[in-house]
Amino acid sequence: MDSLTSQRAGLESGEFSSVELVEATLSRAEAEGRTLGAVVGLRGESALSEAAASDSRLRAGEARSPLEGTPFLLKDNMVMQGEPTTCASKILEPFISPYEGAMAEKLRAAGAIVIGRTNMDEFAMGSSTENSIFGPSHNPWDPTRTCGGSSGGAAAVVAAGVTGYALGSDTGGSIRQPASFCGVVGMKPTYGRVSRFGLVAFASSLDQIGPMTRTARECAWVLEAISGHDERDSTSIPEPAPRLESALDGDVSGLRIGLPKEYFVEGGTDPEVLARVHAGIKELESAGAKIVEVSLPHTEYVVATYYLVATAEASSNLARYDGARYGRRAEGVQDLDEMYRRSRSEGFGDEVKRRILLGTYVLSAGYFDAYYRKAQQVRTLVRNDFQKAFDTCDLIAGPTYPETAFGLGAKVDDPVSMYLGDIFTVSANLAGLPAISIPCGFAEGRPVGLQLLGPALGEAGLLRAADAFQRRTDFHEKRPVLDGISERIQELEKAR
Amino acid sequence: MSRISPEDVKRTAALARLSLSDDEMESMTRDLDRILEHADQLKALDTEGIEPTAHAIPLRTPLRVDRAAPAIDPEQALLNAPLREGTAFAVPKVIDGEGE
Amino acid sequence: MSQDPMDRYEVVIGLEVHTHLKTDSKLFSPAPVRYGDLPNHDVHPIDLAMPGVLPVLNQKVVGLAIRLGLATHSSIQERSVFSRKNYFYPDLPKGYQISQYDEPVVSDGFLDIEVPTKVNARSKKEKAETCVKRVGITRAHLEEDAGKSIHDTAVAGSDATLIDLNRAGVPLLEIVSEPDLRSASEAVAYLRSLRSILRYIDVSDADMEKGQFRCDANISLRLHGESEFGTRTEIKNLNSFASIEGAIHAEVIRQSEILDDGGQIVQATMLYDVDRNRTRVMRLKENADDYRYFDDPDLIPLQIEEAFIEAIRSELPELPEQKRVRFAEEYNLGSAEAEILVSSRSMADFFEETAQACDSAKAAANWISRDLRRELNERDLEVSDLELEPVVLAKLIRLVEDGRLTAKNARDLLPELVDRGGDPEQIMQERNLEAVSDSGLIDTLVQTVMQENGEAVELVRSGDDKPLNFLMGKVMQASQGKASPGEVRKTLVEKIKGNGTSGEVS
Ligand SMILES: [Mg+2]
Ligand SMILES: [Zn+2]
Repeated sequence: MDSLTSQRAGLESGEFSSVELVEATLSRAEAEGRTLGAVVGLRGESALSEAAASDSRLRAGEARSPLEGTPFLLKDNMVMQGEPTTCASKILEPFISPYEGAMAEKLRAAGAIVIGRTNMDEFAMGSSTENSIFGPSHNPWDPTRTCGGSSGGAAAVVAAGVTGYALGSDTGGSIRQPASFCGVVGMKPTYGRVSRFGLVAFASSLDQIGPMTRTARECAWVLEAISGHDERDSTSIPEPAPRLESALDGDVSGLRIGLPKEYFVEGGTDPEVLARVHAGIKELESAGAKIVEVSLPHTEYVVATYYLVATAEASSNLARYDGARYGRRAEGVQDLDEMYRRSRSEGFGDEVKRRILLGTYVLSAGYFDAYYRKAQQVRTLVRNDFQKAFDTCDLIAGPTYPETAFGLGAKVDDPVSMYLGDIFTVSANLAGLPAISIPCGFAEGRPVGLQLLGPALGEAGLLRAADAFQRRTDFHEKRPVLDGISERIQELEKAR
Repeated sequence: MSRISPEDVKRTAALARLSLSDDEMESMTRDLDRILEHADQLKALDTEGIEPTAHAIPLRTPLRVDRAAPAIDPEQALLNAPLREGTAFAVPKVIDGEGE
Repeated sequence: MSQDPMDRYEVVIGLEVHTHLKTDSKLFSPAPVRYGDLPNHDVHPIDLAMPGVLPVLNQKVVGLAIRLGLATHSSIQERSVFSRKNYFYPDLPKGYQISQYDEPVVSDGFLDIEVPTKVNARSKKEKAETCVKRVGITRAHLEEDAGKSIHDTAVAGSDATLIDLNRAGVPLLEIVSEPDLRSASEAVAYLRSLRSILRYIDVSDADMEKGQFRCDANISLRLHGESEFGTRTEIKNLNSFASIEGAIHAEVIRQSEILDDGGQIVQATMLYDVDRNRTRVMRLKENADDYRYFDDPDLIPLQIEEAFIEAIRSELPELPEQKRVRFAEEYNLGSAEAEILVSSRSMADFFEETAQACDSAKAAANWISRDLRRELNERDLEVSDLELEPVVLAKLIRLVEDGRLTAKNARDLLPELVDRGGDPEQIMQERNLEAVSDSGLIDTLVQTVMQENGEAVELVRSGDDKPLNFLMGKVMQASQGKASPGEVRKTLVEKIKGNGTSGEVS
């Protein structure tokens, strides 16, 4: 019962109850989840009592949604009333939310059970879930490697079968890249599809929440539950939640898949990864899809553009962590300035400080036009590239990430090389487009992700293609071997 | 030629209310310099006359009807306060001349 | 050298007014806007800048901003943008203020105000001679107010600074004038006129004591005839007319002394110390924060459609300047009187209703601009706060006009009517105050008074009219104030000087 599909079936047939499922999930979360460094907080009692209520609804035939009674985890940057949210940062230790965020609200209203929180890079800034006060998350396929980031904990719990689904947030690839590293499905919806109310902001114009599951179909169920207009978010698209499942008919005949030539250049991407991605695309082609070449000429500029825009917004979004009203205040401060400086310097980790400094710098007098404004203009060019590409194709395919999961610690001291890995993921955020990463094979035993990008509000098309792919392949059914993983991780930790 | 000087980093850190140790100053200056070096490739692009994009998806401003909802309970507002007095947040004395 | 720096220098003033918009909820949060509550009792997680919260614009403020724009002949921008002004301060929970920066909602307007023709008018006569001056409105933009920091140890009860965020997020309109004002009194005239308009069009209560109407003044000096502006300073947070006037005077003196000594003005932000009547430097321009303005990515630019503007224009009430002109023409009033009557919309409405009900605009104007205004000033009230209805005042005026009640007795009745209302005629009858027009009775009273004051009568008879008022007072007293003063005077003069002598006493 480690997938959402099997959990739904078991709950609906009465094979097990939600309480039983939540109990079992909690103990797996406590064991594998904690061991992998993927789970950072659990709410046992309240989850069980909510599961009991869910059971009565299931018995009475009053299930609120297909997710009724199913357990899941929030990423630790999504608030829930009365529960801690830390963003894996010292500066929010402690913080208990006095209000309910949209994700907790929506999924609880759908009958789903929040059982806890997953690990992440501090304030979602990172690609490896190593920048965390809780320590790194380990990749279930190979614990010496990262599970990607920043939603690494969420990817790991789904890959390890702790829960059937989890929510991630994606500012520049933070759902899709860990999904590809861990061999699960991760989708970043169209910007504005899912409410950001209650999502701790990293970069407001890029942040978007999305599902992490094993299959495209499960992804559709979760996306239906979390999307829809929210008047508390001014950037929320005034559209109802899309009905997605009906689109999953396995039919991709005539679908035009664009391959951007810039995504397939020699030398940039690991050849093994490219080979798996090509094979994946072939699979769709053999199912009837048509392959067309397209061009996204500004691809080489997207990483720079992304880091300028994202850090500028972040520098301002993170100004509220000042030690005045909540979160950490440095001890023994004598005056206000000292309170600010010490609380923030002691509270933020290195990567967050680096990005706050970069963002502050590019917004400051004399640099605004050269960096921030310039990046916003290039953002227009990137958007135009996609608009043009979608004139000749229905969706775009390519690798999610240029390589498979890299080793823990391999890039922590080299921010630029860490950032450059985001070349295939940040464009969807800059252009606001939906994108999904699906498992398309393995390279040296590690999962490879195939990324599909669609036009705005084109989630149904992406899921149809992803589902068609999964009907013809079994990569999503592969499971990492978790036997003995706890001992291996203990050894690793000792060695560090 | 370096793109960002230690003085720039110091001034920026002051704006962001961050204190950096000497070591951090050195490593941050180096890192920011490398990141800006990469960012400088944008300068090669001609963006004359290109409108900047702040939001990728065109939307209209939603407007909220002017109806007051009940305020949250002051105890909830102060739930996380590091220091309070009555129902006010307490912070260390402001040194004269700071801020607005 | 002349004492008054204005003889040597031209004073150049531009004003920035922050006025609270009249809404039930805040600019970007649904928390209630209330005054005087305990700290942090009127807040929403949005106002506390809790992690994960987002702003949503209050619809009403858009209409209010447009109203002010139309009332000041400004253009309303089809697109305006909310930006973030980044700086750290404990009463600014997000670490930035959401404000409009390079694309404000309102721009390029003006306000016509009445000012003394002579810029440094000193005498009463000089001040009375006025002309209309056009003051440019550069822009008006929407922004959120900050909370309050309580620094005073006595108030705070400790060494700490206390933070109350009830005011955080209250909608403000910042109205920026051109540097068109040339004296403290012009500045005050502009502010009074602006405040009156804001109230007229129901955009703001602009209560200065509640901090709903605050002013920053930019001041520079230059030699008369000079075309370049001098270096300016900005005095922050002036919240009464007296402090605005005082601060400008003090800053003009400070700057003129520096210039007289051959010094240079340094661009700075100043504070005004009311107790010492002096301005002092708060922050030098070179130390100014770098606010790193950029468009708020949580908000979409505001789009305003022409039809929406037109709908608001059609609902816009008559403005004070239009009313003043109409009153002067329609009711044949003097400009000073008209000015008082249009000072608030409630006053103007009260006047028009009273005038109609008593059928004498002249008398109504007189009573309201003098007697009623005195009562209001004493009580520190607005006419809308009173029990007194226009029909009641009209009745009182009618009684006087018809000679049934003397003006003096009517004036004596006014405070009671102001406080409790009631029927003037009934009160007059109950108190037995009806005017005596019976000439027989007046004759008798005059006769008696003349007999008791022979000396005064003789003086009048010999051509000295001074004691006449004394005699009149005696007769009025004897009538318990009910006798018509005109009648009494006429009778006295006749009896003392004989028929044919003019009753007019200058
Ligand atoms: Mg200002
Ligand atoms: Zn302002």
